[in-house]
Amino acid sequence: MLEKMIFGRFIPGQSFVHRLDPRSKLLFVLLFVFAVFLANNVATYALLLSFTLLVIMASRIRLYFLLNGLKPILFLIIFTFFMHLFFTREGVLLVDWKMIKVYEEGLRQGIFISLRFLVLVLITSILTLTTSPISITDGMEDLLGPFKRFKLPVHELALMMSISLRFIPTLMDETDKILKAQLARGSDISSGTLKERVRAVIPLLVPLFVSAFKRAEDLAVAMEVRGYRGGEGRTRYRQLKWDFRDTIAMILLVVLVGSLYFLRG
Amino acid sequence: MKEILSVNDVSFAYPTENQKKNRKAIDHVSFSINDGEWIAIVGHNGSGKSTLAKLMIGLLFPDEGDIRLFLEEVTEETIWELRSKMGIVFQNPDNQFVGSTVQDDVAFALENKGVPFEEMVKIVHESLELVKMEEFLNHEPHHLSGGQKQRVAIAGALALKPELLIMDEATSMLDPQGRDEVIRIVSSLKESTNLTVISITHDLEEARLADRIIVMNEGKMLFTGTPEEVFAQQEILTSIGLDIPFAMNLSNLIRKNGLALNGEYMTEEELVNELWTSHFNK
Repeated sequence: MLEKMIFGRFIPGQSFVHRLDPRSKLLFVLLFVFAVFLANNVATYALLLSFTLLVIMASRIRLYFLLNGLKPILFLIIFTFFMHLFFTREGVLLVDWKMIKVYEEGLRQGIFISLRFLVLVLITSILTLTTSPISITDGMEDLLGPFKRFKLPVHELALMMSISLRFIPTLMDETDKILKAQLARGSDISSGTLKERVRAVIPLLVPLFVSAFKRAEDLAVAMEVRGYRGGEGRTRYRQLKWDFRDTIAMILLVVLVGSLYFLRG
Repeated sequence: MKEILSVNDVSFAYPTENQKKNRKAIDHVSFSINDGEWIAIVGHNGSGKSTLAKLMIGLLFPDEGDIRLFLEEVTEETIWELRSKMGIVFQNPDNQFVGSTVQDDVAFALENKGVPFEEMVKIVHESLELVKMEEFLNHEPHHLSGGQKQRVAIAGALALKPELLIMDEATSMLDPQGRDEVIRIVSSLKESTNLTVISITHDLEEARLADRIIVMNEGKMLFTGTPEEVFAQQEILTSIGLDIPFAMNLSNLIRKNGLALNGEYMTEEELVNELWTSHFNK
């Protein structure tokens, strides 16, 4: 189940989308989210859908893999579709069978809303699938740069994020070790009532917390002796480079927004 | 010869609630280290060697006496400047890995110092080459072994071209193979550059490679000398909970059983060579 879930995972690659600057990708997704709400008729939704498919193709991520990984969310989308289908009472009556009544407007709304949902999920998944978490952090730090003026601790937030990302696998290993140690001592977290299971998690969490604090202390000392004194006067080893292809991506987005605006009814 | 570090009559006690029972963690310790030396500070748990390390890198400041690094006294004001002239490798390989990949971690100290990007790339590559980790540039820490992580930590410590490298129990969490890797790297660095090394350890096998050993016990400096001189005091070492290297121990026992062996045997290989040639006509 967890292996198949692709939400938030990163698949390394060399495609056009992979090589885009994280800043342009973040901006792209942010603006795309607004652009989606411009669509309101068949032509605009068709345009949105084909644009999304184009992005997926450019990322070289297989559509089957993508949809398979998004199964839990697809269920939600289908659920939304049926909700609209059955509960919108406008337009011509299409189906009247026993309790079920389907109206034309319901069908239209159902398709449009679930398409909107699908397109959003696909585009954000493409972002996280093609960008390593650390690049996303770098991109955010850079894009949020102007907010430093309003006392937003941008550098500190980005550092916190990159350190948490770096420690996720370390703490996962640790959890695994503690789990095995507790299993060897006869603890059982996979059976019993919910209350018992929650109680069995406590001997797992306490040592994990203790060790996380110990690690944090060690890390702080290691950072201090290596001369870390906050963001002032620091240079950056990870450089972001705005390329020609980033400009192309932005132009494409502008074209999309323009055509959506032109075609909408 | 230049003096790198001097510890002058230093005492330190951790503040506790009960003022009377406050045993000194460091009790009137003095020694000095010159450039190019490899010094091992050994001692059992609670001997004060870790406290001594914290005092040397300015995480703690002495109650009495003073510590001078590169002839300058270690105080809150001078410590940041002094730290940029030394590299420190700690015990836990995971907890000192700041960057998300090998190259980011090596660059961390450089970023803090505000080194321009082009220069950083050059230094990162050079440093990783020194510890033979240049193929691992983009590796993430959880895909490296403990020994590899410690080598990256050494590269990170070397990035600022320090004159002094302090290893605070840097090999104690590694498996024998990882320990050998790290020790070999440090030995070869020592050969090729005029790096001063202080290794704080409870492992006498590692201390054997040092030019001079300082033995700590209960906050005091028990004695100091070359590895040969120190290992000759086997009884004292055992009584303070330190095990002398296996080959040393074995050759002492062989000698006790009446077999005459030549010289002081320091390594297993030397002992084996001596044993298999011992019936040759000499």
